[in-house]
Parts: sequence; C-alpha cells; structure tokens
Amino acid sequence: MRSAILQTASRYLLPILILFSVFLLLRGHYYPGGGFVGGLVAAIAFVLHSFAHGTTNTMKVIGYKPMALIPVGLGIAALAMFMPVLIGYPVMTGLWFEEPIPVIGMLGSALFFDLGVYLVVIGVVLTILFTISLHTH
Amino acid sequence: MLFTVLSGLITSGLLIPFGKFFRTKWCAVLILLPLSIFCYLLKFIPLVRNGEVSYAFYEWVPSLNINFDLRLDGLSLLFSLLITGIGSLIFLYASSYLKGHKYLDRFYAYLCLFMASMLGIVLSNNILLLFIFWELTSISSFFLIGFNNDNPDSRKSALTALSVTGMGGFFLLTGMILIGNIAGTFSISELIAAADVIKNHEMYPVVLLLVFIGAFTKSAQFPFHFWLPGAMKAPTPVSAYLHSATMVKAGIFLLARFTPILGNTNEWSYTLMIIGSITMLYAAIHAMFRTDLKSILAYSTISALGILTFLIGLGTEAALVAAVTFIVVHALYKATLFMTTGIIDHETGTRELTKLAGLRKVLLPVFVAGLLAALSSAGMPLLFGFISKDLIYEATLHADQHLAVYLTVAAFITNLCLVAAGFMAGIKPFTGTLPQAYEKIHLPYKSMWIPPLILAIAGLFFGLFPQLAGEHLIGPAVQTMAHAPAAVHLKIWHGFNSVLILSLVTLAIGTVIYFVNKPEDRKLVWVQSFQAFAPQSIFERLSAGFVHFSDWYTDTMHNGFLRSYLLKIILFAELLLAYELFIGGPIYIDYSKLSAISVYEAVNVFILMAAVVLTVTTSSRLTAVVGTSVIGYAICLMFVYYSAPDLAMTQFTIDTLTVVLFVFVLFNLPPFINQANNIVVIRDTVVALGFGIILSVIAIKVLQVPTDISVSKFYGDFAYTLAKGKNVVNVILVDFRGVDTMFEIVVLSIAALGVYSLIKLRLTSSEKE
Repeated sequence: MRSAILQTASRYLLPILILFSVFLLLRGHYYPGGGFVGGLVAAIAFVLHSFAHGTTNTMKVIGYKPMALIPVGLGIAALAMFMPVLIGYPVMTGLWFEEPIPVIGMLGSALFFDLGVYLVVIGVVLTILFTISLHTH
Repeated sequence: MLFTVLSGLITSGLLIPFGKFFRTKWCAVLILLPLSIFCYLLKFIPLVRNGEVSYAFYEWVPSLNINFDLRLDGLSLLFSLLITGIGSLIFLYASSYLKGHKYLDRFYAYLCLFMASMLGIVLSNNILLLFIFWELTSISSFFLIGFNNDNPDSRKSALTALSVTGMGGFFLLTGMILIGNIAGTFSISELIAAADVIKNHEMYPVVLLLVFIGAFTKSAQFPFHFWLPGAMKAPTPVSAYLHSATMVKAGIFLLARFTPILGNTNEWSYTLMIIGSITMLYAAIHAMFRTDLKSILAYSTISALGILTFLIGLGTEAALVAAVTFIVVHALYKATLFMTTGIIDHETGTRELTKLAGLRKVLLPVFVAGLLAALSSAGMPLLFGFISKDLIYEATLHADQHLAVYLTVAAFITNLCLVAAGFMAGIKPFTGTLPQAYEKIHLPYKSMWIPPLILAIAGLFFGLFPQLAGEHLIGPAVQTMAHAPAAVHLKIWHGFNSVLILSLVTLAIGTVIYFVNKPEDRKLVWVQSFQAFAPQSIFERLSAGFVHFSDWYTDTMHNGFLRSYLLKIILFAELLLAYELFIGGPIYIDYSKLSAISVYEAVNVFILMAAVVLTVTTSSRLTAVVGTSVIGYAICLMFVYYSAPDLAMTQFTIDTLTVVLFVFVLFNLPPFINQANNIVVIRDTVVALGFGIILSVIAIKVLQVPTDISVSKFYGDFAYTLAKGKNVVNVILVDFRGVDTMFEIVVLSIAALGVYSLIKLRLTSSEKE
C-alpha cells in the first residue's frame, strides 16, 4: 500500500488530525467531543500514517513505544481523581480555577481527567494495532 | 494480645523470602515464637482464675461487622496454652524429625500459619473473625497433610481433608450469618446475652444443624470422620499437633464456645450425645483392628473426640468438667504417643505393629514416655488420665435416671477399647524380644525424645497434683462454658465408690483385651471388606460423579470455538427476552406518536440492508468486514439524524479502527472455508433472525412504556451548576460517573497489555522451538 498521494497527504494530515483531536479534547466539556473521541481521532491519525509509511516509520515519528502512554494517562487520570482528597474533599470532586485561561477556557480537574483518558485511549489503540501489525506480518 | 495472633501470621509470611536461612539447624530458633506466646499467656492465669475476661478490640471491616475483637477467658486460655505449649514441643521435635528436608522452611511457615490461626479461633470474640481463622486452619492443614507432595496418596488425603472440612466451613458460615441476623450482633459476648432470643427463634434447629455440620466435619465426627485417618499421611509432628492435640479440637472448641449460646436444649443435647456415642464406639472398635501405629492412634483420636462431643452434649456441670479435663489429658497423652510413634518410624522405618517388638532395649527414654502416656490413656491411678476417666464415669452415672445406664455402658465399652489401643501404641512396640534387624538402632537427637518425655511427665505431674490444673485451668474454662461460677475440685482419691470400681474394672478388662487381641493383617482385611458402604466410599463416589459432571459441562459449554460461544450466548438471551416479552402483555404500535420518515432515513436504511445482505452472502472475509463497517457507518448516520453527535463521532472512529484491526488480523487468516453444512446454516439463520426480531419488538415495546426521565433530568439540570459543563454526555463521563470511566480505562489498559503479551508470548515460544 505504498501510494505517493497517500504518503504525502498523511504527512500533512498527521499534525492536522492531532490538532483536531486536541481541539475535540478541549471543547469536550461544552460541545460534542471529549477525551475518548479525541484519543480515537489521534490514534486514527497515526494509523493512517502507518498505512502510508509502514508501522516502523510511524513508531519512529512517535519516538516512544505507544504503550508508554498508558501508564502516563492512567497516572494523570488517577491524579485528577485523587487530587481533591489532598485538600480534604471527597474523591472526584470537581476543582476549578476561578478565571478562564485563554484558548483553553475554564481549567479544572475534569479536564485533566479527560487528558488522562485521551492518552490512555491513544496508548491502548496503538499498542493493540501496532503489536498485531508488527508481529503478524 | 493482638500480637499472639499476628506474630505467627507475620512469621509465616516472612519465611517465604527469608526461608533459606531456616532450612539448616537455625530452624530451631523458630521455637522462640510459640514459647514466648506461651510464657506471655501464662501471666493471664491469675487474672482468668478470678473470673476476669480480657478484651482487645481493633476495627477491621466495621461495615461488615468483622472486627479484630479478641477475648481471653478461661476456655480460650486453656486452649491457647495447649496450642502454644504443645506447639513449642512440636517445633522442637520437628527440627530433628525433618532435619535436612529441603522444604523445612515451608514446613515451619505452614506450622506458624496454623498456630496463629488456631490461636485466632480460640481468641476471637467475633464469630465472623472466628470463621476466617477456622478456614485458615483448614488451609494450613491441607498444606501440611500434603507436605510430601510427591506422594499421590498424600495429595489425595490432603484434598479429602480440605474438601470435608471446607464443606463444613460453608455450613458453619451460613449458620453464623443466621445467628448474626437473628441476634443482630456477631460478637460472642453479646450473643451470650442474647442466647434466649436465638434459642426461641423458629430458625434455631436450622442454625443448630449448620453449626453442628461445621463442628462435626472439623472434629471428625461420624459420618465425616474418614478424613482423619487419611490425614495421617502428614509428617508425624503434624499428626501429633494438628490431628490429635489441636486442630481437630477446634470443632470441640466451637461446641464449647456455643454451649452458653445454643446449648442446653433437647435438640442440642440429644444430637450431640447420639453422634458422639456413635463416633466414640465406632472408632474405638475400629482401632482394635488396625496394625499401623498411626492408624490406631487416628481411630483412638476420633473416639476421644466422640467422647468430648458426647460429654458436651450431656451438658451437666460434671460432664463439662469431665470434657475439659479430658481435652487436656488427651492432648498430653495423644501427642506423646504420636511423637513416640514418630521416633519409632524414624528409626526403624516401619509403623507395622506386627514387625515391631522389644524396642525398650534401644530406645529406653522413648519407652518411658510411651509407657506413661499409655498408662495415662488407660486411666492408671496416679496419672492424669485416671482422674479424667473418673470424671467421665461420674458424669454418665449421675445423668438422668433412664439415660445413665446406656451412657455408662457406651462410655465403658469405648474406654475398654481405648485402654487396649493405648497399650498397643505405647507399650506393644517396646515389649517382647528385639528383632535382630533393629539391634543397631540408637537413640535419636535429644530434641526428638525430650518433647514426648516432657509431655508424658506433665501427665504424671498433673496426676499427682490435679488441683493445680483444676483450679487454674479447668475451673475457669468450665465457668466460661456453663456461664456460671463453677467450683472444680480434682482429687487423686475420690473414696471407694462405684466410679472407682468401674475405673478399675475398665483397666483390668482393657488389659485383658490387649493381651487377647493380637494385631493381625487378617483382621484388617476383614474390616476393609465393609469399605464399600462406608461414608468414605460414598463421599468418594460423590466427588467422582462431580468430576464427571464437570468434565461433561466443560466439554459441552467451553469447547473453545468462538462461534459456539456466540450461539449459546445469543440463544440464552433470546430465551430470556422472549419469556419476558411473553409475560409482559400485549404489544401495540401507536402510529400517532411516530414521526414521519424522511428521504435521508429511507436511503440510509436501504444502504444498511444492502450491506447486511452483502455481508451474509459474500464468500470473502474482506468483503464481509467492509460490509459490517458499512452497517456501522449507516448506524452512525442514524445517530446524526437523531442529534446524538457524541455517539456518532465515537461510533465512527471506533468503526474505522475496527476495520483496520480486522484487516491486520485477516491478513493472517486463510480465506473463507465453508465448513458449514445446510443444517448449520439454517440453524444459524433461525437464531440470528430470532434475535433480530426480538430486539425489534423490544424497540417497539420501549415506545409504549412510559420512560423514567428523572435521571436524565438530574444530569441535565446539574451538569452546568455542579460540574461547570454544557455537554451533558461528557460531564457524565468525566464527572458524575468519573469512577466508572476510571475503571473503564484501566480495563482498556489491561486489554492492551493482554494483546501485547499474548502476541509476544507466542513469538518467544515459537522461537524456542
């Protein structure tokens, strides 16, 4: 499946799709979107890239094993979950900054939780797909 | 007080990583554990003697009423002193008995675990905590019986013991939960106060039955006795410790513990007396036919446990005093006999009575210990056993008028056999002429023959000064059981009365039986011809049947074909749903509520159906995958029409990724091979159509059922005010139901790791080949 058009297109699509996935992640709290969908879109971006350039090359672009994203994501989500406990609230209490931050909007623990979900989803999808594609061919 | 229980558990845990330091002679250091607990407990004797009860309370799972609630009263003190005292000697004895065994550290770990859980049973003031330790003793006993794990007999006996006692444990747990529900508390102190409530409750007979099954399985009462002779496959120190002195007495302890709660009713007394008499007679007579030393001891132990059950059932103060005294006496002489048997086995390599004789010439101190124990078991005056035998006769003779005769006769016959059995185990191997083969035998290490000697001398000591034990140990224990002040006076000389005559007659006739009854293989064969309808065979047939059933079930239900699993799951769901729809009343369609069908929807449904047909009829895997993905996209479009953008987006991405995954996997699969014959195709079609129809009917049914929107209204109302989000779906995911999401991503991660490791694993194993 080496097509010059797909290769060229995917090279530009990769950053755009990832940007889109971040957009989905950030707007999730107010409009359709969220960490889960965002993560899936980002994963699709890499999968598309791997279709055009081969899985090994995509792995080089990422730089790390996608599996490394799983603990990072789980850690961030767990941190967002237990952070309120440290200041005396029950688990999963939503904590928010008073003022909105430019571009991102309101920043709160829910967003960090969503970020964790986002990273875990990318990690899980890419781990499964890349493992299968690398080791079965 | 907490450390008495926890120290053993911790030691046994620490022996896993640090065990290798204790495989050598250093294992003797571990004796300090039971010894120090023993010394610690000794200081409670004066307290307990004054009738004081010490408590220790630590919260564990308060929401389930399970707490580390400990209670040290007369009964628990007596048992814990036995457990740690005999435990110290057994620890010492085992260090040379199993010298050089490669798993010596494991052995001690199991032994520590056992000791701690046994202490837990006797110290618990919470019946659920008691149950946990109860199960721990079953488990540690399983490991200890199966300690020689390369011997199939050993493994089988361990499994039998575990399944019998484990089964009893289930009954016990049910009984305890019932008790807790009736009385509203799981604390033993409070249960004693609520005894009348439980006894007058309509469930009382059920509770009694459940607790009895628990106690009878543990204490090897008929018809559950058969695991105990099998348990003799364990190394002898284990038999001496678990299967004569302590663990099998846990059932007796349970009965004693529950005497003030459930006891002194007709149901209680008669059941215990009947089961106890059957057990003690059956096992005592059985012991006569055995030629293996450990078998004789096993059966006489069962018989002794029967006597205890019987006495607790009798329930008069005299009977309770006799029971408690007999617990101590039996622990002392039976552990001694087991240890001397162990020495004989260790030195000569056999336990067959027919081959052993004259060992007194080479093993003199062992002979002294065996002789003292055998005489104590026979009830020779001046030994502790004499006093206990007197008490037993006193209890039976002074029972109800019409019962006294039967009870005394039963006790008399049992005691006759026990006298003979004790002599067979403790004296027979040492008398007669020494066979030439054994002339070169020499005494084993001191650490092996001193422990039985200490126990035997303790039997003599308490026989000479019975009031010492009566006042400090037995009195407080009886007081706990009777839940009333009890004055216990044990005397060497009761005066010349009917009890004394009975005792002496027992001793005389028992000795005659010993000389008449020569151990012969022929008798053993004769007894074993009854094996076919013994409880053991019935139990074995039951478990064999269960294994067959499991085999059959696994073969039919778990055959490893995904298609077969799917078929069963869907068929089962169909049956359930169809039944639910069938009893759910008529179904009608209210056309006025339906919205008009737009052109887009019609076209979409057309595409969807075309894709379905393509998927089902195609002969290429890839086409089928593409077909299913078209179905998925068509459904996405439906979500878009009905304004569910979140769902549509997610479904769309998931669908895409699924196709990619399929393509990766399909790459490695062979092309479609049509294995299905026509019947299979028709069957699958019927099941699939049926499922589709049922789901459609449900969809229609949903319309006619008024929906409960309170939950969605709550989310809608509070999404912004509480969680500062306008997208309700996302707020539910990351805030309202955030913990769910957390676990979902954990599950996803586990799935990813699973795929990764499965594929990696397969590669490495193929590389090995």
